[in-house]
Amino acid sequence: MIRRTLLAALASLGLAGAAEAQTLRIGLREDPDILDPTLARTFVGRIVFASLCDKLFDINERLEIVPQLATGYAWEDPKTLRITLREGVRFHDGEAMDAEAVRYSLNRHLTMQGSFRRSEIGTMEAAEVVDPRTIRIRLKAPSSPFLSQLTDRAGMIVSPKAAEAAGRNFGNAPVCAGPYRLVERVAQDRIVVERFPDYWDAGRVHIPRITFLPIPDNTVRLANLQSGALEMVQTIEPDDIKTVQRNSRLKVVAYDELGYQSIVLNIGNGPRANTAFARDPRIRAAFELAIDRQAISQVVYEGVYAPTAQPIPPASPFHVPGFAPEGRDVARARALLREAGVTGPVPVEMTVPNNPDLRQVGEVIQAMVQEAGFALKLNAMEFASSLQAANRGDFETYLVAWSGRVDPDGNTWTFIHSQGGQNDGKYANPEVDRLLDEARVETDAAARRALYAKVFEISLRQDRSRIYLWHRKNIVAHTARLSGFLPIADGLIRPQGLRLN
Amino acid sequence: MLAWFLRRLGQIVPTLLILSVMIFGLQQLMPGDPALTLAGEERGDPQVLAQIRAELRLDRPLPEQYLHWVARAVQGDFGFSWRIREPVAKLILEKLPVTFQLAVMAFLIALVIGIPAGVISAVRRDRPVDWLANGLALFGISMPNFWLGIMMILLFSVQLGWLPPSGYVPLTEDPVQSLATTIMPAFVLGSGIAGVLMRHTRAAMLGALSQDYVRTARAKGLDERVVVGRHALRNALIPVVTLGTIEFGRLLAGAVLTEQIFTIPGFGKLIVDAVFNRDYPVVQGVVMATALIFVTLSLIADILYMAVNPRLRSA
Repeated sequence: MIRRTLLAALASLGLAGAAEAQTLRIGLREDPDILDPTLARTFVGRIVFASLCDKLFDINERLEIVPQLATGYAWEDPKTLRITLREGVRFHDGEAMDAEAVRYSLNRHLTMQGSFRRSEIGTMEAAEVVDPRTIRIRLKAPSSPFLSQLTDRAGMIVSPKAAEAAGRNFGNAPVCAGPYRLVERVAQDRIVVERFPDYWDAGRVHIPRITFLPIPDNTVRLANLQSGALEMVQTIEPDDIKTVQRNSRLKVVAYDELGYQSIVLNIGNGPRANTAFARDPRIRAAFELAIDRQAISQVVYEGVYAPTAQPIPPASPFHVPGFAPEGRDVARARALLREAGVTGPVPVEMTVPNNPDLRQVGEVIQAMVQEAGFALKLNAMEFASSLQAANRGDFETYLVAWSGRVDPDGNTWTFIHSQGGQNDGKYANPEVDRLLDEARVETDAAARRALYAKVFEISLRQDRSRIYLWHRKNIVAHTARLSGFLPIADGLIRPQGLRLN
Repeated sequence: MLAWFLRRLGQIVPTLLILSVMIFGLQQLMPGDPALTLAGEERGDPQVLAQIRAELRLDRPLPEQYLHWVARAVQGDFGFSWRIREPVAKLILEKLPVTFQLAVMAFLIALVIGIPAGVISAVRRDRPVDWLANGLALFGISMPNFWLGIMMILLFSVQLGWLPPSGYVPLTEDPVQSLATTIMPAFVLGSGIAGVLMRHTRAAMLGALSQDYVRTARAKGLDERVVVGRHALRNALIPVVTLGTIEFGRLLAGAVLTEQIFTIPGFGKLIVDAVFNRDYPVVQGVVMATALIFVTLSLIADILYMAVNPRLRSA
């Protein structure tokens, strides 16, 4: 009797196990912010949006722009973009997705109070409905990056009816045209979405439910995957890759991200730029020459991150192939310091966000540059405080990363141009400004890449305005039962094509 | 009695007012510009920053910001979370039961382990049992929660696969799963308090056991179990109960590290995330709510003391 009960219990557990496979549980690094494509700003939020909200365009593995809710586009002239739309697409509330909805959504992104999309599509002047399947977008000035903005949140189309009804609370119940619709959200605990039966590409959506669980601790997130409480984690640490590889029930995929890790140098932002280090590019060159990027990557990141000297990642067609790190050369660094007339160790301070791995990076750099003649002081600071310090110029050098954008403009202009909002070191060179502005409107890919090559040659090799260290990697781990994951450099988890056996 | 109660209630108002000024003031001293943090990677756009400041009234003078907040808080409106745009009051009400459940479970574990261990080690003073109990108590007190938590996850979830490594299921949804998700964090929290309770119980018991009334009880030929259990322990428990109440209050304020490790969506996690994201309304609301809980608890404790000890009533 007892045996039969036990067997029955085991059988029901087994059934429960089979039912579990109906849900894909994904561990996220943090809790996403508001789920309104106009107001959202976190990276993890974009992972959830990949299930909820389709965009006009998407990108593929080669970072090429491919249609999603659109079927195609054409430039009528350099300032006029015509987009044709997919037929028969419905929002989660059953409303039709048409040119009017696209016009409404773009205007919402552009004008809604608190919109984070405004700066992304600020070059848009007006959107006009040509017919229900066609929309025409007029720009204030020619812009090469504009189309790529429509591959992210600025290209997400929301149901006008639902958005009007919900107003600023739309993020609590977003209604889009994505493969999944929102079931519930418990802040800091879970976000649950279920398959949308009327999705336009329903044939490629195989998993009925996805639950996103924010688990900030790296060890605990991995433990959840190992114990089977999660099927997939958004990211693991480089030193956990081996642990996952040893486990035959798990798989790990490491692939380049769009962003970079860098050191911002304060050249002209306030009184703290009043140092020999800030005035003389030879001293900054010596500092850079003392750094061995590969060795740091090896020590701190198991050699997983790829050293770089430029902000554009290798996956991008605009990556400048010839522009590589110079390699560590302490003798040359010392010679440069002598040439600059420096005697004694050069005092430099580096602000480092207070994470274990970044502190370690700081310590390795400290040891490296000391050999060349620098006395580097590390200033570990909580991230939000460090941002403010950098913004008002209260730093000498600052170790900071950028998550990256598909279009090279998003990795360069705002950081290098003298008018750039995140040019915290206040580097300014009119020639570089001119080249960056030109690259913004250049439509020929080869010509544009050549412009970026010139920008890097002047702003980095000659002026030493910033030091790029490496391109990080997205490291996704999942159960071997999951198949069909498509690694794309933007790090999103696209549910189309995923299968859970 | 009623006059006393009203007077006591009246004291709460200035306490809360002073607290509200402190919470608001301390927050202003916190480095980091909330507008910059909220803008995230859009922080390069001065227009975005100006817009955030205007919307959140960060461009107004501080006294105005404070009065605006207080005026609405007294009506129970703590505003909206800047990060996820949900009402702060809703977040607090959502997280409070979670933390309450965790606190009760941790406290029960602490009581079940701490008090018997203290009694046994006092009775068996300087014997191996006493040394063992003392050793374990020291372990419980000095072991960092995050370390113990991770070790438990690795053992019970990853190696043995008995318990879910993290997360939370409400009691009302699935009691068994709810216990499974909270037992490890409750044990981690409880083990530290158990150590403290054990040490205090042991000290109080040693004191009680040397008292005259215990000697008298033994002289009367009472069974040793009755002497220890009914005579000594009862008296020894009074300071332990006081200590227990304080520890329970601390548990309700949210177990910051433990909730973070086990990803329990409670008070502690709410406030940590809010501080790191500079989500001021949430920080203000949660700290105020915690203060309110403490003030209420201490009022209840005062009433209980009066009920227990009639001598206090005339004072």
